[in-house]
Amino acid sequence: MRRFFGNLTPSAWIGFVILVAIVAVAVFGPLLAPHPLDEPIGVPLTRPTEGAPFGTDFLGRDVLSRTLWGGRSVLGLAGIATVLAYAGGMAVGLAAGYSRSLLDPLLMRVSDVMLSFPALLFLLVLVTGAGSSKTVLVIGVALVQMPLVARIVRAATLEQSVRGFVEAAVARGERATAVVRREIVPNILGSVTADIGLRFTYSIILVASVNFLGLGLQPPDADWALIISENRAGLTLNPYVILVPAALIAMFTISVNVVGDAVARNLGISTARRRLVR
Amino acid sequence: MSSTSDLATPGLHLLRERREHPVLLFVARRLAAAIATLLIVSILVFVGTEVLPGDAAGAVLGRNATPAQVEEMRALMGLDRPAPERYLDWLGGVLTGDLGNSAAGFAAGGVSPIWEEISGKIANSFALAGITAALMIPLSLLLGIVAAVRAGRALDHAISISSLAIISLPEFIIGSLLILVFFSWLDLLPPVSLIAPDTNPLTQPDVLVLPVLTLLGASLAASIRMVRAGMVEALNAEYVTMARLNGFRERMVVTRYALRNALAPSVQVLAQNIQYLVGGIVVTEYLFNYPGLGKELVDAVAIRDVREVQSVALLIAAFYVGLNIAADLLVVLLVPRLRTQR
Amino acid sequence: MTKPVLLVRALRVELDSGLPIVEDLDLDLRGGEVVGIVGESGSGKTTMALALLGFTRRGVAIRSGTVEVEGSALTEGGERSVRSLRGRLVSYVAQDPGAALNPSLRVGDLVGDMLRAHDAGGKAEGKVMAALRGVNLPAEQEFLRRFPHQLSGGQQQRVAIATALVCGAKLVVLDEPTTGLDVVTQARILNEIQRLRSEQNVAIVYVSHDLAVVSSIADRVAVMYAGRIVEEGPTAELVARPRHPYTRGLLSSVPDPVRPRRIQSIPGVSVGVGDRPPGCAFAPRCLQRTEPRALMEAPPFEQIDTHHRVRCFEWHRTPSLEWEAPLITKSSAPGVDLLEVDSLTAGYGSRLAPLEAVRNVSFSVAPGECLAIVGESGSGKSTLARCIVGLHPQRAGRVLLEGAVLAPGAARRTREARRRIQIVFQNPNESLNPRHRVGNAIARPASILRKLSAQDADEEAARLLGMVRLSLGLRDRFPGELSGGERQRVAIARALSAKPDLIICDEITSALDVSVQAAVLELLSELRAELGLALVFITHDLGVVASIADRMLVLESGAIREQGGVAAVLSDPQDDYTRRLVAAAPRLMTSPALPHLSEVE
Repeated sequence: MRRFFGNLTPSAWIGFVILVAIVAVAVFGPLLAPHPLDEPIGVPLTRPTEGAPFGTDFLGRDVLSRTLWGGRSVLGLAGIATVLAYAGGMAVGLAAGYSRSLLDPLLMRVSDVMLSFPALLFLLVLVTGAGSSKTVLVIGVALVQMPLVARIVRAATLEQSVRGFVEAAVARGERATAVVRREIVPNILGSVTADIGLRFTYSIILVASVNFLGLGLQPPDADWALIISENRAGLTLNPYVILVPAALIAMFTISVNVVGDAVARNLGISTARRRLVR
Repeated sequence: MSSTSDLATPGLHLLRERREHPVLLFVARRLAAAIATLLIVSILVFVGTEVLPGDAAGAVLGRNATPAQVEEMRALMGLDRPAPERYLDWLGGVLTGDLGNSAAGFAAGGVSPIWEEISGKIANSFALAGITAALMIPLSLLLGIVAAVRAGRALDHAISISSLAIISLPEFIIGSLLILVFFSWLDLLPPVSLIAPDTNPLTQPDVLVLPVLTLLGASLAASIRMVRAGMVEALNAEYVTMARLNGFRERMVVTRYALRNALAPSVQVLAQNIQYLVGGIVVTEYLFNYPGLGKELVDAVAIRDVREVQSVALLIAAFYVGLNIAADLLVVLLVPRLRTQR
Repeated sequence: MTKPVLLVRALRVELDSGLPIVEDLDLDLRGGEVVGIVGESGSGKTTMALALLGFTRRGVAIRSGTVEVEGSALTEGGERSVRSLRGRLVSYVAQDPGAALNPSLRVGDLVGDMLRAHDAGGKAEGKVMAALRGVNLPAEQEFLRRFPHQLSGGQQQRVAIATALVCGAKLVVLDEPTTGLDVVTQARILNEIQRLRSEQNVAIVYVSHDLAVVSSIADRVAVMYAGRIVEEGPTAELVARPRHPYTRGLLSSVPDPVRPRRIQSIPGVSVGVGDRPPGCAFAPRCLQRTEPRALMEAPPFEQIDTHHRVRCFEWHRTPSLEWEAPLITKSSAPGVDLLEVDSLTAGYGSRLAPLEAVRNVSFSVAPGECLAIVGESGSGKSTLARCIVGLHPQRAGRVLLEGAVLAPGAARRTREARRRIQIVFQNPNESLNPRHRVGNAIARPASILRKLSAQDADEEAARLLGMVRLSLGLRDRFPGELSGGERQRVAIARALSAKPDLIICDEITSALDVSVQAAVLELLSELRAELGLALVFITHDLGVVASIADRMLVLESGAIREQGGVAAVLSDPQDDYTRRLVAAAPRLMTSPALPHLSEVE
């Protein structure tokens, strides 16, 4: 752990604290919500009052309560998608990079195709075919990211597999699984996970964007992106209904990126060489 | 690229004979690869939209349709035929300039060619993307290079930190915050981009400002960071140190030695970011109700207009791939090692 | 006496933290004179070389002292005036010409920029042509239009030298200018430098880690250790009778390709910038030290002769070199060959565009014998090594172990076959897994290939650490905490842990300093004597061959040019290519003497 968090700058620490705080809001928020998710408490789009510190939304529901409910989907779906992308990407990337068999050109071609296509467009095509649901969203985002992760893992694996200690292990007849597990994985973990912050940020952006377009979660579910989308027209009457969820998403993605950046620096991975966030 | 696919592309073996034209060979190879990629994309798009469970005809008619009506609509939309036949039909149409008919047209009881529905919107989207790119390219080169030359100083920190923050924001957040400031508080600019059909969006600059700023925010931050990284790398190169040891003036060191070699990686970065704009445009147009291709696409997805989604997706992918080739070609022309033979 | 071209006084270069990298540096140089600066890694020689142009890398600064070239100071007067001196009065040639030449500029511009920068642009093309002709490059329009990647390594370095001289510099600093080149090209470049200094009367500072190369070109040699010049004198005198124990150690570490002799190493490793001890920096490694004050105070630079200076309290006690120490060579015992390689062919590339790295190679190794395989980079020697241990697919031919054919891939060989042949790789950073402790790394082959229990394997690892002369305390360290030499010893211990009959050593010393290389070679000789090991020693260095091997074979473009006993091949090469290699190989010289170009061409 010290390798990752050994020497963080003050700004990274602030980012880390914000990150933990927002995760706490998302996870425990529903327990603290003063009002039910889908029940009008007053006139639509009123500005903050005593009972509703952030006012009401376009159906007269409590913005605070809906915001407290609406973090789980953003963070949860993006988190699951990122984990799936890494699990799949590690497996495919290791297999392709180490065996250099048929799988390798196949992976490269598939990821070429994925990269020749905007990620959001891929998700929209998927929604058109399979309908809007959380499952489609999570699988879609994971599928978009998987080839990217697999490519990074593959490149790192290739780099390691020609090193002397790996060749020595092969020459003494160690099984492929043992070579990968003992000699390769421990040495690529740093450079592979250095990107996890970027990948997670990108997952959040994708999940939130699809939800914002109204093609992910459906009303009356609460979700920070969906709240912004639903209330766009009421922005002038009660700006808080946009401002609060927008600020939460913004602070979260920024802090993930700042912490990820600092961790990557700690691992000695030059930020210059890292892929774009998108 | 394997040699079998070389032979499959007519004319490539001729290029092989003429070794002195590496650039032509490169272009031929990239075009062949691009066609293959687009074919795979078209299959993926088709499978993704039509083979997965879901009934487009039912979706068009709504819940109250009788089975007989649905059957009739399926026949009208051509959905009763086998999938491979429909795929070839669609692909053949796209290649001959016929993108098919929109489901919205069927729902309205008539036939409405997709091309007629989207041609004006393509122009609107190009206007938006073009203005953004025209601002993004010089700005990101300028700021990226300035940050790299001043690496480690205050100006660099300011540029780096603000771009790291903005890079993490989805467009709809940036856009919403811009609307809040420029419409709700300052009341300077409209929150919605109303453009009448058949009018040029360039004649209404006020409706373009916020969408362009939104797109610019996200893409500029990313490209500045990457341009800076490429320039820092070039400035650390041995040949730059050598130029200083030769007593060259700093201006010459920065432009002729560092920048010249940092341009190629920057071109790739900028191309990636223009590609990213294509994705960002969908969200931005939806947010501002801007009548472009992206908004059209979201509407088509919402009513599950399969044929229109397919055709628009393929068009966007083709643009994407074309941009990639153009960027790679520019890189080849910029890097002597790539454009000359040994 | 003529006025010196270069005058350095009390130069001190520091890190921003105040740690000195170079200190107490005095140096004089006259026109047409070549001084060689020799040092191992961490000696500060590159920092010093850059400081001669008044230049420092980021985080480093010239703190005090002066550098004057032709009376103009490069250590004062502000950036602008110093910049106008660089390139015009004093110029620099870097180690790796591939990295030091701007890949976007053509030859004509690379040389021409120097003229333009110093406002000597008039008749620029004529001057560029003349400069190219001066280094024996074709002065043709076609050549001016080439990019660096269209030149060979030797041509690139000639372009760099032409650039350095085009403005008529009085002093040229060459920093390891031939290190990345093959020996034949190196000999050509050295001849070029030799000719230029007499033709153009330039003063040359030649910085290198390679005493043999320096002794063949320099009039005077200065030896650097831990940021200071510890000895300086005429080449002949310094090589024949070194007075500083470090110089003596370095000299006895250098293997000689023609007069095989036993080499001796210096104990310990050279110190880095951060851990230089107070007093004489060499004192902790010094075997002849009796004076305790060497640990506290730095010895002064003492003039022991008109031109010979040394920084040692006890220089008069330094013994002379034992040049003629015998070399143990073993004649191979008759009997069945341990390893036989029969008509082996292997390569890279696809089936349609094959690239043969090894072509129809046959040889054998007797038990306990050391066979050296010699070749330049690209000769296929590493591919050959990888084929023998089953890491590279064979196209044709066989590898036999005691007469039994081995499967091409390691995975399909018997455990016994994998145990009996071990390999050690070139790069000390690559040979050990950075995430495995030293003890575990050594124990692994014992438990995999000899099926020792975990406890027995650990005991074996401890025993082997001792055998490769490392302390038991290293057992729980990670490779990152070890020096390059220590890592290669661990890699050797790991190979020994399989109890092999044969170890393939693939350039295992080429990334190490000479004194450390000597120690590893000594160790291998001792291990052979103790264990009866056979070695296949792959190297590009004929000196190393002479000091360790019984027989040698010369590989060029994947094919064998010549094989035979080491003494026979080196003293009387039969093949043309071998003859050129032997002629070009750098040797320690008691007076500057370069191989004649006619022998090299």
